[in-house]
Amino acid sequence: MGENEAVGAARPTIDAPFGRALTRLGHERPEIVGLTADLGKYTDILPFRDAFPERFFNIGMAEQNLVAVAAGLARTGLVPFATTYGVFASRRAFDFVAIALAHSNLNVKIIAGLPGLTTGYGGTHQAIEDLALMRMIPGLTIIDPCDAIEIEAATEAIAAYHGPVYMRLLRGAVPAVFDPGYRFEIGKARQLREGKDVGIISTGFMTERALDAAEILAKEVASVAVLHVPTIKPFDAEAVAAFAAGVDRVVTAENHVAVGGLASLVVETLFDAGIARKVTRIGLPDRYIECGAVPTLQARYGLTTEAVVASIAELT
Amino acid sequence: MLRNSPPGQPDIAALRARATNLRRHMLTMARGQGQGYIGQGLGIADVLAALYFHELRYDPENLAWAERDRFLLSTGHYSIALWAALAEAGIIPVEELVTYGADDSRLEMSTLDTTPGVEVIGGSLGHGLGQGVGQALGLRLLGSDARVFVELSDGEMQEGSTWEAAMSASHFKLDRLVALVDCNGIQADGPVVLDMEPVADKWRAFGWDVSEVDGNDMEAVVAALASARARDGRPKAIVLRTLPGKGVPRIETSEKSHFFRVDVREWDGIIADFERSVGALQ
Repeated sequence: MGENEAVGAARPTIDAPFGRALTRLGHERPEIVGLTADLGKYTDILPFRDAFPERFFNIGMAEQNLVAVAAGLARTGLVPFATTYGVFASRRAFDFVAIALAHSNLNVKIIAGLPGLTTGYGGTHQAIEDLALMRMIPGLTIIDPCDAIEIEAATEAIAAYHGPVYMRLLRGAVPAVFDPGYRFEIGKARQLREGKDVGIISTGFMTERALDAAEILAKEVASVAVLHVPTIKPFDAEAVAAFAAGVDRVVTAENHVAVGGLASLVVETLFDAGIARKVTRIGLPDRYIECGAVPTLQARYGLTTEAVVASIAELT
Repeated sequence: MLRNSPPGQPDIAALRARATNLRRHMLTMARGQGQGYIGQGLGIADVLAALYFHELRYDPENLAWAERDRFLLSTGHYSIALWAALAEAGIIPVEELVTYGADDSRLEMSTLDTTPGVEVIGGSLGHGLGQGVGQALGLRLLGSDARVFVELSDGEMQEGSTWEAAMSASHFKLDRLVALVDCNGIQADGPVVLDMEPVADKWRAFGWDVSEVDGNDMEAVVAALASARARDGRPKAIVLRTLPGKGVPRIETSEKSHFFRVDVREWDGIIADFERSVGALQ
């Protein structure tokens, strides 16, 4: 299970960026507690457990209870970080996230492993629709970080923010795509590359693919801009509209089904703003995905740099 | 001013009088819109009187007091009983009770935590106990001695999350957590649709210290609450056998007792009968 899940260009990696950041925060803030539902080893939270065993609770395979217990802990003034896989946090514990957490605006952070297509275990484990599900919950902040640098920065940002958060997790040896000085701000999109022909609006690790694709395309095909949108909710509609207005053609790229998540948000935003652009959606199909090796599946379903290059080349 | 800190000698007659007041408040509330979950409320009136006027440590003027004991009403539709207890405790005005279930009233038919004195949003059944586990765990970590009481119901035990929570409470040795399991024998579709017996054995099997009492016998309820103070590393469950509509024969015998709606003239008759029977007892 230790494979590099964000399969992209060769880049330096950082081990367990979430666990490192949470442990660092744990030293500064005694009110931070950790929970998991029998997936501590697989969600990078063990460094926190080892540093603060009395502040860590393994709830067992019971995701509804994971969220309920986290809600109760938050009501006593503690700041729980609860880890599980995205499929369980979204599909299985949905009512608890909606009612026990979000309805009361409780200060709980849900850290959701195996986002989108980052496991070969098939539909049971692939959280391909979690962004769509969770963005319907009022008041829930949703983050899909791109890389190790952003995971560490986002962990710090959500710890400083008061309110419920659902953050997708890239675990293990996670590539460092951004410079160490990269600034993450909840609710803010960031333009990472200028261009005028095509604008890619991306989230999660697809931003890494977008940047690499833009570099390849720039040589002879097209001038490609990239807007990274790590916060799915609250959505930075202003930045997305301004970005889209500055390019001829918009492409969305997400590690998620291409309905209900980033693509839908972009289309809604452009329609609301009266910006007429064709939008090409790169993302997973509206169906369950088979088992297999992650690189094979990511290539088969268009989540690689090559696939992004091919989609954009077709447009120009 | 702190209440019940620590609980003194129980005055059973005074607690029974409180329970009668709670029932009177509930009748006032249900008459307001002509309807409500009054069967359940009347059934648990004795337990709430024992809690709020004997066992629960709280400050009506400082509901956010960190050291307070928590009472979590998991069955949000029992709100009518909670509003009655909060009014009797001076936390919400008695005059407000008639707004129960009316548009824009904060005395909703199912609890939201925006009303003072409400610790959790109830009503999505199976949510309360896990949140009680989290609060008990958090309070212990923070070095607090406060207790956490979670009311839940027999029908609610059909929600699997109740047992997820029950497992974790004994695992974490939460002996400041008390589950008040209201077994009134009814649920939305009528008499309990899925047999939950033997209830006490189920909780015992999950590692809880269990007692089982007539939930409408004030002396028994008070004794069970006192024995649940033991610091023996086990969470406590009190299985309460209660009668829906208790104290109001017209509602006790109703086949509609999950949700009770009659016209205002009938409410007036019910209330007059209630006051006559209370007068006769005194």
